[in-house]
Amino acid sequence: MLAFILRRLAQSVAVLLTVGLVSFFLFQYVGDPINSMVGQDTPAAEREALREKLGLNDPAPVQFVHFINNAAHGRFGLSYRTSEPVNRLILERMPATLELSFCAAVFALLVGIPMGVYTGLYPQHWSSRLFQAVSLIGISLPTFLIGILLILLFAVILHWLPSFGRGQTSTFGWWTTNFTSWKGLQALILPSITLGLFQLTLIMRLVRSEMLEVMRTDYIKFARARGLTNRAINFGHALKNTMVPVITVTGLQLGSLIAFALVTETVFAWPGVGQLFIQSVQFNDIPVMAAYLMLIGLLFVLINLVVDLLYFAVDPRLRGPGTARAGH
Amino acid sequence: MVTNNAPLLEVKNLRVEFPTRRGTLLAVDDVSFDIAPGEVLGVVGESGAGKSLTGNAIIGLLEPPGRIAGGEVRLEGKRIDNLPYEEMRKIRGARIGAIFQDPLTSLNPLYSVSRQLVETIQTHMPLSASAARARALDLLKEVGIPGAEQRIDHYPHQFSGGMRQRVVIALALCAGPRLIVADEPTTALDVSIQAQIIALLKKLCREHGTSVMLVTHDMGVIAETADRVAVMYAGRIAEIGPVRDVIKNAKHPYTKGLMGSIPSLGHRAERLTQIDGSMPRLTEIPTGCAFNPRCTVRGERCLVERPELMAADASRAACWLHDAGGVGTPVAPVREMANA
Amino acid sequence: MANGSSWLHRAADSDIWWSFKSSSLTVVAAVVTVLIIGIAFLSPLLAPHTPFDPGSLSLSDGLKPPAWMTDGDWSFVLGTDDQGRDVLSSIMYGTRLSLVVGLASVIVSMAIGITLGLVSGYVGGTTDAVIMRIADVQLTFPAILVALLIDGVVRGLISVKRHDEIALFVIIGAIGLSFWVQYARTIRGSVLVEKNKEYVQAARVIGLSPTLIMVRHVLPNVTGPVLVIATINLGLAIISEATLSFLGVGLPSTQPSLGTLIRLGNELLQSGEWWITVFPGITLAALVLAVNLLGDWLRDALNPKLR
Repeated sequence: MLAFILRRLAQSVAVLLTVGLVSFFLFQYVGDPINSMVGQDTPAAEREALREKLGLNDPAPVQFVHFINNAAHGRFGLSYRTSEPVNRLILERMPATLELSFCAAVFALLVGIPMGVYTGLYPQHWSSRLFQAVSLIGISLPTFLIGILLILLFAVILHWLPSFGRGQTSTFGWWTTNFTSWKGLQALILPSITLGLFQLTLIMRLVRSEMLEVMRTDYIKFARARGLTNRAINFGHALKNTMVPVITVTGLQLGSLIAFALVTETVFAWPGVGQLFIQSVQFNDIPVMAAYLMLIGLLFVLINLVVDLLYFAVDPRLRGPGTARAGH
Repeated sequence: MVTNNAPLLEVKNLRVEFPTRRGTLLAVDDVSFDIAPGEVLGVVGESGAGKSLTGNAIIGLLEPPGRIAGGEVRLEGKRIDNLPYEEMRKIRGARIGAIFQDPLTSLNPLYSVSRQLVETIQTHMPLSASAARARALDLLKEVGIPGAEQRIDHYPHQFSGGMRQRVVIALALCAGPRLIVADEPTTALDVSIQAQIIALLKKLCREHGTSVMLVTHDMGVIAETADRVAVMYAGRIAEIGPVRDVIKNAKHPYTKGLMGSIPSLGHRAERLTQIDGSMPRLTEIPTGCAFNPRCTVRGERCLVERPELMAADASRAACWLHDAGGVGTPVAPVREMANA
Repeated sequence: MANGSSWLHRAADSDIWWSFKSSSLTVVAAVVTVLIIGIAFLSPLLAPHTPFDPGSLSLSDGLKPPAWMTDGDWSFVLGTDDQGRDVLSSIMYGTRLSLVVGLASVIVSMAIGITLGLVSGYVGGTTDAVIMRIADVQLTFPAILVALLIDGVVRGLISVKRHDEIALFVIIGAIGLSFWVQYARTIRGSVLVEKNKEYVQAARVIGLSPTLIMVRHVLPNVTGPVLVIATINLGLAIISEATLSFLGVGLPSTQPSLGTLIRLGNELLQSGEWWITVFPGITLAALVLAVNLLGDWLRDALNPKLR
């Protein structure tokens, strides 16, 4: 178990370093770090002096160490676009993205798992076939199109829900939240559905196929032969065995939720980091891009670690070597 | 051990069929037999002979699209083949236990042994959690798990194959069933462990007075364990009788061939024989006797008329040799015809 | 069960045509795909208007609703946008661009993936380790993010004006680079299996070049899986292009794909001109759904045991 965790940690560090390297190249070579510090009209000599002072003429490995050190302290310089410190820009917008991703994940899990279990247990039932067909449509519709269609229906035609922005928020320290007011919660509904729908169909299809697979195993047949109730078999034995792959994929999907949030945020003018990233790509705002990349990398690594820990909770086979494989 | 009471299990004219895209296959065709209380009935045959399907039909767990197409199954005189799912569920585990081939895959890897035992016991018996656990522990000791007190909370992957099959046996016995359907219980195990498991199964069933339907393709296991044996071929019973008679004095040419192919049984010191050809696919069962293309003593009657089970000394065999009319004019076996 | 498995075997040998005909949904999907592709590529002949010739546009034709609504005009069946461009013609031209980008980027990722997979599997050692680690890291990130990043880098390296000119190639490259991993892994796995087979060893002994061996023996074995991945990725690539264009970092509005059209229409959605967005949206959804259905069917038909 220790070896396993160490290996996963090493992998995480490798991913972070790779991401750091990409960010570094972006930051140092694609962008011009000097531009993120001084105005456009600063004379060349002054720039060169600053360059020397900042160590930008040092060998690349030295600079890389500097870069990683700065990144670890959240120092990414100034945005080209707004001339604000990048870390402040991102920190301001982080709560919006996290709250949106959280709601979308909850929506996807709470609806996707039961639907998957149902369609896996009764694959021939007409409603299962309907769910399957709808899920295929769900996978085929691009996120932004779903968002637009939802806006058209619920905001433009029915006027039930707001179509853009966070609505009303409250602030606690640096954290702004939607959860304290009815208006804020309303504003969350459409973006969360839009963002979560794709993951929902994915989770549903995964749980379904895992469930079908597990229901064919010998231990389920043996559980039936022992006369256990359907309830115990379906929701105990079967569901628990589908959880390992579901955790893997869900974990990865939570990561992509945060990344996919950039599409949803653009559709709903949701002031999160994703929207910030899109703007930075459009405006070639390299420091923001580099910082966003590092941030996403970090989140992915953290999520993967949590997923690994969940494995241990679910699967006893991973908890340490088989104690005493005693003789026959 | 054979008693003369009313049979515990009666199977009458059982038919199991599989609808497929290319028509319906009859996988078990008109099979009838009884099992007396405390009796061990061995069921042998090649794979595909329908022996496992017969077992699955009895415990009501045929895998769809397979279904019982005819006949009846009675347990202690009560019909069980047409029960609703929920009624049959209460019988499974409580009245009929089952053991499957592979102990490595029969146990849920994510639940501890104690949890699997306790849930089975509590499903069928009104016991408190602690009483059920105590019973589970007794069972583990009874099936010979060393250090049962410590190992009860272990997970299946922490046991060896033989130990897992012991756990499976404990699970099958834990609600005190009257009949155990054991489907190839030793096939997946090491040869050295097979004998231990068979001995254990035999001992426990004798002590508990449990009947066993032992499905296997291993005549050696049958010879050691069974009181009577049924030989299946292409979905039908070819011969059924006391184990000693079937082994020493087989009445059906197929059984004779089967016994001749096993070292240490049958014709001692003579060379092993083999049956030419292979069992027909269910789609290509010949008319008359299903075994006739491989039979060395077949006659014209065997090509057209299908023999039912008929008395032959202490056994019963589905072969015209034991009918007053005989097999008719001899016909050369397919093999010799091909050579001619 | 002998009967069960023999049935499966026969189903596996039975020709793909049978499985195709027996699924009416697949037939519909194929017809829709062919229809959309046909109309898209014939758009210069079929389209009633030439929406991107500024000379033919008239602002007085702007924002006409679909023909069956009041104020509709049958010469603009699906209405017009704010510039007076015919929505139907824009969709035809836009679909063609979406398909071109989709197909081209699938070919790019296939080429990269197959090459890297062959090299990785055959050379092994450090080369293999490096390629596979890169694949791992890339897989950690959603493809759309990788494509966005590549697009962003290119924007950083060249001027905006120049970017519009080569936007088509940038986006093909960006999407192509973000989908190669699956091909590489499949090919590599197959190479590792084949590499140690006797006939490959024998071919090596008689002095055939490794490249020739790989191309002759390994590639035919992976045609099926590669085809399945390619079909499924075609749907993904079309969605990716549409998403990038919708986000405003894909194709420019002078060269609009379906995604660009939806973005342009979206700006007018709040004021009620829904047709400018909804019709390209429906076309996009129908195209991707049809391609996905074909991909699903192909996967099942080539690999019946997975069902």
